[in-house]
Amino acid sequence: MISTNQPSARHTIAVLVANEPGVLARVIGLFSGRGYNIESLTVSEVDEVNARSRITIVTSGTPMVIEQIKAQLARLVPIYDVHDLTMEGPHVGREMALVKIRNAGEKRIEALRIADTFRARAIDSTLESFVFELTGDTGKIDAFIDLMISLGEVEVSRTGVVAIARGEHVQMPLVRKAKSTRRKTKKAAED
Amino acid sequence: MAKPRKTSPRTPSSPQAAKPEIMSGAAVVLRALKDQGVEVVFGYPGGAVLPIYDEIFKQNAIRHILVRHEQAAVHAAEGYARSTGKVGCVLVTSGPGATNAVTGLTDALMDSIPIVCLTGQVATHLIGNDAFQEADTTGITRPCTKHNYLVKDAEKLAEVMHEAFYVARSGRPGPVVVDLPKDIQFADCPYTNAKDQEPKSYRPQVKGDDSAIEKAVELIAKAKRPVFYGGGGLINAGPKASKLFGELVRKTGYPATLTLMGLGAYPASDKQFLGMLGMHGTYEANLAMHDCDVMICIGARFDDRVTGSLAGFSPKSKKIHVDIDPSSINKNVVVDVPIVGDAATVLEQMLAVWKAKSYKPDEKAIASWWRQIDGWRSRKCLAFKPGSKEIKPQQAIQRLFEKTRDMDCYITTEVGQHQMWAAQYFGFDEPNRWMTSGGLGTMGYGFPSAMGVQIAHPDALVVDISGEASFMMNMQELSTMRQYNLPVKAFIINNQWMGMVRQWQELIHGKRYSESYSEALPDFVKLAEAFGGVGLRATKASELDDVIDEMIASPHPVIADILVTKEENCFPMIPSGRAHNEMILSPSDQEQQTITDKGMALV
Ligand SMILES: Cc1ncc(C[n+]2csc(CCOP(=O)(O)OP(=O)(O)O)c2C)c(N)n1
Ligand SMILES: [Mg+2]
Repeated sequence: MISTNQPSARHTIAVLVANEPGVLARVIGLFSGRGYNIESLTVSEVDEVNARSRITIVTSGTPMVIEQIKAQLARLVPIYDVHDLTMEGPHVGREMALVKIRNAGEKRIEALRIADTFRARAIDSTLESFVFELTGDTGKIDAFIDLMISLGEVEVSRTGVVAIARGEHVQMPLVRKAKSTRRKTKKAAED
Repeated sequence: MAKPRKTSPRTPSSPQAAKPEIMSGAAVVLRALKDQGVEVVFGYPGGAVLPIYDEIFKQNAIRHILVRHEQAAVHAAEGYARSTGKVGCVLVTSGPGATNAVTGLTDALMDSIPIVCLTGQVATHLIGNDAFQEADTTGITRPCTKHNYLVKDAEKLAEVMHEAFYVARSGRPGPVVVDLPKDIQFADCPYTNAKDQEPKSYRPQVKGDDSAIEKAVELIAKAKRPVFYGGGGLINAGPKASKLFGELVRKTGYPATLTLMGLGAYPASDKQFLGMLGMHGTYEANLAMHDCDVMICIGARFDDRVTGSLAGFSPKSKKIHVDIDPSSINKNVVVDVPIVGDAATVLEQMLAVWKAKSYKPDEKAIASWWRQIDGWRSRKCLAFKPGSKEIKPQQAIQRLFEKTRDMDCYITTEVGQHQMWAAQYFGFDEPNRWMTSGGLGTMGYGFPSAMGVQIAHPDALVVDISGEASFMMNMQELSTMRQYNLPVKAFIINNQWMGMVRQWQELIHGKRYSESYSEALPDFVKLAEAFGGVGLRATKASELDDVIDEMIASPHPVIADILVTKEENCFPMIPSGRAHNEMILSPSDQEQQTITDKGMALV
């Protein structure tokens, strides 16, 4: 990678890929082979009919590196579409975390209080622990975890960011595919 | 990134033809090759591809060339592809067959050579079990292919075969691996001729953006110190691209330089040609690049061998970059007018705009630019003193060039000093005549590659300009050449050193020549004879011409062992980490040269 003096920034990239063996390895191999950074990566199928998945990648780099990442992704044969959500306008990004905290006494009550302000739900509890479920942007989840750490022993499982462009107009083909799949899965659920 | 690609996925192309024929997977493979127009396959058998070899045995449409090492099969296919513009085809067995092919695949990826490589694989139910001769071929070759496939579904075999060829030749060409489990080769498979099967997700952009092209042509027309910089993309885009490139260069009257991979895209004998650019390029080409005000890059990728220090690279120019691969644009160098498209198509568009707008170059400015260039040219950076007793390596190549000038001749090379001298002293006036390993720099490329060229052009003179060290990396192919009566010539520039390594050690490592001497060399004449070929040797200048004549005249494979001055260095040279205007022209320049710490770390 060529280093430049430009500042590095975080980008959220949505990628529509063929849902076939090895496709994730191609994407990850591209990032590791070329020295790009992956902050998080999520994947799930969004189109059962044409077997397509949506990958959301959070990465960071200088503008030149981000352009490279997108161009390198786009030229992979099983990739249909690449959208830089960060560049293309407002978008929402969320992740979910399951946070287990082990503590007792006052700290336990404090944990519950904080969870309440963060709108985290306790989905499991014992006399010495809670598991909280929390969604939000990365910053919110980081902040919650920071607070929990000061209150006990913590274990975390995070999904990584999923993201989508804001606005009612569904214009990107990527979204259109996701929508048609949604309709389909709903129907499947009704059956 | 406004790239309107891949937006309109078609429905999977359902076969229009009546009913697909049912045949064995191995038969599907052969049929697909035939329908793709494959004439020759370079391969080596083994357990995991025996069904395919059985099918080969039963037919005559496709010729199989039995190489002596799988790496050579891929290089041979590369030579075949590069000299014909067709897709080269390789067939190897699982495990060691596939791993031996990896260097060739990487070479083809770096130089954008279209290859389809079929690899055998253990039966699908054994995959992942560390079965005998199992290797994770798709895993191993993922980073060294443009794309690869593991066929686990007999229904999909025909489609994958055809798609593999489409991917290999379309857009920026490259190697594609199709991994074929043995049970699939035996299975009943439907065959449909989906010859032009496009993968739904892969549609490279061919036509350039009109407004970008107008902007580019205006920049070109208004330039005062322009330079055309063409690369291997011109060759890959077919002979038409070279023709159109020549047309634009001549219409404008501007100077043109080419990369190592681009040689032949513009006639070397033309007065507007400045020679090759880059690390061992000419003084005039590199200075024109450094001082130009408009750079027109077509099908080249601002490779580090070409740019030298990026900080000092052509600081005053506006840059136009035409490339079929969007990821090549703005990778190393930020350009002002990026154009994604096929070189031939974009050149055609550019010429149309040039005509429509009746542009005229700024004659006064261009004349003064040429005066400056002629000043650089007068340094005669490639001049050398031919030896009267000893043969100078440059002299050997120059004589070979002069003697083959009017012949139907193809040149391949290995990697090292001889490769750079060949690029400098052998002039190519046409595309597809020059085969060299540019991106990967693979010693051992040239000899098998020449074999592939000779297969494609049986009546042509095919010469591998070789080094004594490189030659030994794939010399086993002499046996293949004997078997098929391929009269390939190995013209060994024998300096008894890994010359290029020695040169860098001299320059950068205080003349500590660690392990770079070619010790215990074989007698190349006897070696040729042992394989049933002809061996020749020139030890002094007076013998050179006779040996070349005899080599050319021979209808057999020949090794010509040309003993040259041992410690000659390759000039001009831009030392690592330096800019185009910091060239070393001669040994005396070299003495004063100090390499920066940063430069030392570069390759
Ligand atoms: C497979 C491989 N291994 C190592 C190298 C590194 N290397 C580059 S040039 C060279 C020496 C080549 O020697 P020779 O073939 O005699 O050519 P000369 O430079 O002497 O002309 C070596 C070892 C390489 N390019 N390829
Ligand atoms: Mg040598």
